[in-house]
Amino acid sequence: MVNFGYGLTPSSAVKIIEGEDKLYRKLCEMEPDVKKCMACGSCAASCTAGDFTEMNLRKLILSLQRGYYQQALPMVKNCMLCGKCNIVCPRGINTRHLIMSIQKIYNL
Amino acid sequence: MIFQGKQKIWSEYQKDIPEDHYFYVRSCIRQSFFPASEKTFLDIVKGELGKDFFETPHHTTCGGIAYHAEAVPQETMMTIIARQFALMTENGYENYVCSCITSFGLYTEVMEDWREFPELEAKIRENLWKATKREFKVPKYLAHASDIIYKFRNEIAERAKFRLVNHKTGAPLKVVEHIGCHYSKMFPSKGVGGAEYPYVLAGMIESWGGEVIDYPERRHCCGFGFRQYLVKANRGYSMSNTYKKFESMEPFEPDMIITNCPGCPYFLDRWQYVIAEQTGKTYGKDGYGIPVFTYEEVAGLVLGYDPWDLGLQTHQVAVEPLLDKMGVPYKPEEKYKGVGGKVIVPPEFPMNIKCC
Amino acid sequence: MTKNVVVIGGGASGIEASRRLRDLGYSPVLVEKEDHLGGHLASWNRLFPQMIPAKDILKSLTSDMKGIEVFLNTEVISINRLKDSYVVKFSNGLSAQVKAILITTGFTLFPAQKKQEYGYGIYDRVITNADLEAWFNGNKDKRVTDPQVIGFVHCVGSRDEKAGNRQCSKVCCATAVKQAIEIKEKFPDAVVYCFYMDLRMFGRGYEDMYLKAQKDYGIRFLRGRVSEVSEDINGRLVVKADDTLLGKPVKISMDLLVLMSGMIAPESNMELSKMLKVLPGEDGFFSPANAISNPTLSNRDGVFFAGAATGPKTMPETLSEGRAAALEIDSYLKRVGD
Repeated sequence: MVNFGYGLTPSSAVKIIEGEDKLYRKLCEMEPDVKKCMACGSCAASCTAGDFTEMNLRKLILSLQRGYYQQALPMVKNCMLCGKCNIVCPRGINTRHLIMSIQKIYNL
Repeated sequence: MIFQGKQKIWSEYQKDIPEDHYFYVRSCIRQSFFPASEKTFLDIVKGELGKDFFETPHHTTCGGIAYHAEAVPQETMMTIIARQFALMTENGYENYVCSCITSFGLYTEVMEDWREFPELEAKIRENLWKATKREFKVPKYLAHASDIIYKFRNEIAERAKFRLVNHKTGAPLKVVEHIGCHYSKMFPSKGVGGAEYPYVLAGMIESWGGEVIDYPERRHCCGFGFRQYLVKANRGYSMSNTYKKFESMEPFEPDMIITNCPGCPYFLDRWQYVIAEQTGKTYGKDGYGIPVFTYEEVAGLVLGYDPWDLGLQTHQVAVEPLLDKMGVPYKPEEKYKGVGGKVIVPPEFPMNIKCC
Repeated sequence: MTKNVVVIGGGASGIEASRRLRDLGYSPVLVEKEDHLGGHLASWNRLFPQMIPAKDILKSLTSDMKGIEVFLNTEVISINRLKDSYVVKFSNGLSAQVKAILITTGFTLFPAQKKQEYGYGIYDRVITNADLEAWFNGNKDKRVTDPQVIGFVHCVGSRDEKAGNRQCSKVCCATAVKQAIEIKEKFPDAVVYCFYMDLRMFGRGYEDMYLKAQKDYGIRFLRGRVSEVSEDINGRLVVKADDTLLGKPVKISMDLLVLMSGMIAPESNMELSKMLKVLPGEDGFFSPANAISNPTLSNRDGVFFAGAATGPKTMPETLSEGRAAALEIDSYLKRVGD
């Protein structure tokens, strides 16, 4: 192969392919409240870990919904399970429990 | 796909293209990329159709590349264009036709700007007078050269020696049409067919017997993008855009691509080579690429011009598979001969993409 | 002189206002350009958030039209001002001299084909909110055939200066959520996306409907406008959008895309406004003299507005304005002496 000094850049678009989100569907079964998220960002705004790391629960939920989890999952290890997001969620999602379920389903 | 829906849009975006008497300006880069295309255009409109197309050696660039690469300010570019218009006026023409899509977009932009801001036009008139003592009239009609071929597509079809049809099976060839972004994306009403479903090339393809392919990334840019290509560090983006288009059109198995822009055929052609050399992937049958043409080259093929006189040997992707499908005769041994049969050294061949 | 009032537009507010005027002792003339009463209500299936069938509402509205002169297939040709009254000529050859005119011309749906990039009328599986309501009403539509992935595009031709329409159409967010729920009921295995910019769940029960759509129906909400639609080799739609909350472009293959066409002012408003000498606003809808204290009053004596003629409204708002306008006309006519 020839080296031209530049190459193809992978597309940044998320290709949502139905039927490939089996894990997310499993998560919905185990944690039905995840469907109630309206992506307001209260969780991320109050997140202790978010100030210093990539952790952002709003983005994580969206990424899982879009089947974009491989890129998003590493952020979970930054969560300290402090539960602050649990207190602020306006839709009353048990976010702490949700994060633990995510860890189980996605084998973290 | 609802064909009538497209026809409806096409009927809403028609241009009243004048029949005759044009001042013709060439493109800066086409003569080195696709050297015979502009000559073929003039041969067709003047020779075949007997129209009056005038050109002068005094014309220059429109300044488009420098302007879009932010190397010259708007006023400079406008003054360059004003000088072109002055040449048209001095030679007694009112219809202006350019070979380049970027020029077409830029001329349209400048004329619209002057219409909206007459004080800007006044200033440019003053600039031009100070610099060259020239005066100009704004063209009565601005056309892109593909508009002209579009207008005379049926006349060309009547004279056709070959059609965009597989001469063995009689099946229409599957043709991808690619429109330069600056043709109608900025001013949809200035392009035949508008911005979303342009008809200028589709009309030629229909008229010459081919079948137009509408693939998901049809509207996407060829990838040139000026600074994306001009700066080497960004060149990967340029190629990635082309790659995206080819990945999207691949399932439709197109026989050929027709374009109406200087940059697009170049990048759609040459990036196939780079993609093949980097990844091993080719998009045509049996290790070939998908041949890419300018609309003048295709018009020339339809009219029965010799492929090597059309400059098809300067393409990276081999055109022979298409010539074979159309039944166009050609002499392989003549491919790399210069003027008057002079033997010149054939080019070096790539590893991964077949080039006959 | 008869106690006539001309009501222009036989949609929900026109009907309601006519009935109330009749109850107050007047003999309203209700003019409708179509061959039936009911306007958009007549072609809708169910109304949010209670999911009440539109035909039930129309039926109760039109159950008692006694004392109301209804002209169908009729348009207003001219309106001439006399000293203290108006002479209104109709296309059916009749005319009326009245002291009050009520404008209930409502809205038209934005023609979705104008947003060419969405391919309505070009791609086989792109429909509008109105087409979907027609399908819910039992009209056959081969574009709706066992879809696996369905998308709703909010704000088609609304909040879009490029489409010549800056205003929010108010009801499409709730309509999209309603229709998403309804189509999910028809195709329980389908995945349904809503592409929204903002979700304007302003009315009572709307937020509950949104929550229900998420929780009980698994509708997925994706914040971002669709950029373009195309068709792949199998005829499936390829929809490109920006997921603004994820900060990434997304690409989804779909079997059905529903465009939520917004409300725009009818073109005929221009003609009518010239006849009446009441200027419409920049958006083409009529402007009340005081939109807060009394949205049914125009800046011209004897000319009144109700319903979506003065901008996008929900059905209950439209009906309330119809009633309010009837009362307002009554007190006006008592004041000037009918």
